[in-house]
Parts: sequence; structure tokens; C-alpha cells
Amino acid sequence: MRKSVFSAVAAATLFASCCSANAHDFRIGNLKIDHPWARPTPNGAKVGGGFLKITNEGKEVDRLISGSSSASRIFEIHEMKHEGGVMKMRALEHGIEIKPGETIELKPGGLHLMFIDLNAPLKDGESVKGELVFEKAGKVQIDYKIERGAAGSGHGAHQHHHTGPGK
Amino acid sequence: MVPISITIQARENNMNTLRLIRFIAWGAIAVISAALLYVLLVPKDEPGTGVAAIGGPFRLMSHDGQVVSSDSLKGKPFALFFGFTFCPDVCPTSMLEIGNDLTALGNAARDFRVFFVTVDPERDDAGALKAYLSSFDQRITGLIPRDEAELQVITRAYRAIYRKVPTPSSYTMDHTSAIYLMDGKGQFFGTLDGQDKPEARQAKLKRLLARG
Repeated sequence: MRKSVFSAVAAATLFASCCSANAHDFRIGNLKIDHPWARPTPNGAKVGGGFLKITNEGKEVDRLISGSSSASRIFEIHEMKHEGGVMKMRALEHGIEIKPGETIELKPGGLHLMFIDLNAPLKDGESVKGELVFEKAGKVQIDYKIERGAAGSGHGAHQHHHTGPGK
Repeated sequence: MVPISITIQARENNMNTLRLIRFIAWGAIAVISAALLYVLLVPKDEPGTGVAAIGGPFRLMSHDGQVVSSDSLKGKPFALFFGFTFCPDVCPTSMLEIGNDLTALGNAARDFRVFFVTVDPERDDAGALKAYLSSFDQRITGLIPRDEAELQVITRAYRAIYRKVPTPSSYTMDHTSAIYLMDGKGQFFGTLDGQDKPEARQAKLKRLLARG
């Protein structure tokens, strides 16, 4: 009973809602958000990275502009680049553009969400609640699964070329 | 009337010439100063061999209050990495990977040491590094430059790059991401980086350990 009430409320507020724990994807408007996850963090670490895939199934360009999470005080959208042996990270102040039909993958070594000033270390197997804010689609509540991910192949394993904003 | 105006004209011409000379003189001074500054301030590569040496003497405080110097490491190969604890990805991944590699190498790597030199001593004090490194293999020791000058000595020696970059909430650090491998003579042996497969990294470490 409680669950169905929750579902009804969630569906009403989010237009489309997810609820299958296994599939672990989320929808808002024409955007599909697939498998948000975060790496466990070392003790005392003040930052963590969040990753996910966003697919724009609509006909209009949208843009991830901000968000928040229960894990940290500050949320930023960043990009990491490996140039000439140097790891560089930059905040994307205009967020990430998702063109119609495009899937953008946020992943280790590339685009990612930064949880800054963590409340506590992110622990393997737990999860973190979050919100993403899109320019057109609006806000969506998601959960990040905390997991090790593809162990050790953080950088350069599978390249996804993204020609988005902020460059 | 006419002669007076000619005189004035001549005097004005003279003044213009003087102004021009002054202008050229100051211009020349500016160019010479800039050239001198360039010669004095821009670091030059070492002359001679043509191969720039990587590595060099250092003496830094560790996260547990011990002094670690290149002298104290003579005869012992080691690995060295430049990172910072506010690094979300490459630093923890690199430390996790090298810890796994050392474990895979078993007894041969028992006394091998890895140094995590923070390029962000402003935020990474001994306590922060100690907590952070407690999540990784215990053969990894944090080294904390006391100030910018100490940080520059070791980064220059290792030809490593670091740079503070502002972010909306604070700042982040660009940093050289490779792990340097140094032999027992303190000479550069090679690097490990995230693109290498575990087998390749472990083979490299094995060769380094065999060389000593």
C-alpha cells in the first residue's frame, strides 16, 4: 500500500518514474538515465566521482546543468582529460549538452559528476540518493550504486568521443 | 612674419625628432630588458648528454613523521607518484592498482616502497594523507612537501607538472599521472600508467626488482 502511494506520487511528480531496482534506470521527459554509480572512496577522501549514461530520446537538445546528492555538500559537473602525461580536471560551468538521439556516457577518466566535501566515505555496496537538473526536462531523483566498476581500467579503456559544450 | 613662422616650424621639427629618439631609446630598453628577463628566468635544459635525467635528490617528511630522503633509499628500488587526496579518480585508481600489483608479486615485492608525493600540501596535511593511505597497500607512504619550494625541487627533478586550477567551489590540481619507477641507484627505470594491463605492469615491476 505504502509503496503504491509512493509510486503514484513519484509518477505524478516526475512524469515518468523508475522503479525496477534491477534495471536501475531513470526517466525524465525524453531523457533516459542509465545506471548511475559511484566508486567507493578511500578513508578521509573529501571527493568522489559519479558516473552514468544519459540518452536523449527526444527531438530537442537538452542540457544537464546541475544537481545534488545526499553524499556531499557540493555537486559539480567536471571533465577529466589526459594530455601529455598530465591529468587535468575542469569544471563544466555550462553543464553537458545532450543532442537528440545522443547518448553521453559519464565515466572514469572523462566526464563525471563530482561530489565535493563528502559527508562520509562512499562504501562499496551502498547507495546514494541524488537529483539531476536538466535545462528542459527539469529535475529527476536518482540513486547511485556504489561499486568498484570495471576494476582498474579507469582511463582510456573505452573511448567515447563527446563533442559537447565547455570546450 | 614669415621668418618667425619658419623658426617655429624648425623648432617643432626638432622637438618631434627628439621625441622620436626618446621613443626609440625607451623601446630599445624595453626590448633589452625583456630579453634579459627571459634569459634569467626561463629554465634551461641541462647541457651535455641531451638526455634529461629524471629523478634526483630529495628530502621530504612522510605522513607518519619520518624523513624520507633519496639517500636513505640507496640500494632499494622504489616507485613515486605525484597526486593529491582531492583527486577523484586517477589517484585512488593508481594506488589501488599498484597495491594489487605488489600483492600479486608476493615475497619479491615485500620491501618495495611506493611514495605518494602530494602536489597539494595546502590541503593534504599528515593527518589527511594518513587517513587516505590507510585505504591502500601499507607499502605506500605519503610525502608532504613543507612548502612550494620543496614541492618545486622534487617536481623539477622528476620533470613532473602540477598546476592549481580554480573550480566553482574551490580548486583542483593538474598533475603528471604516471608512476615513476626508480632503481636502487636512484636512476630512472621507467613508468607505470593506467593504460598498462596488470600483467605488463607486474612484468615491469619484476624487472625492476631483479635489477635492484
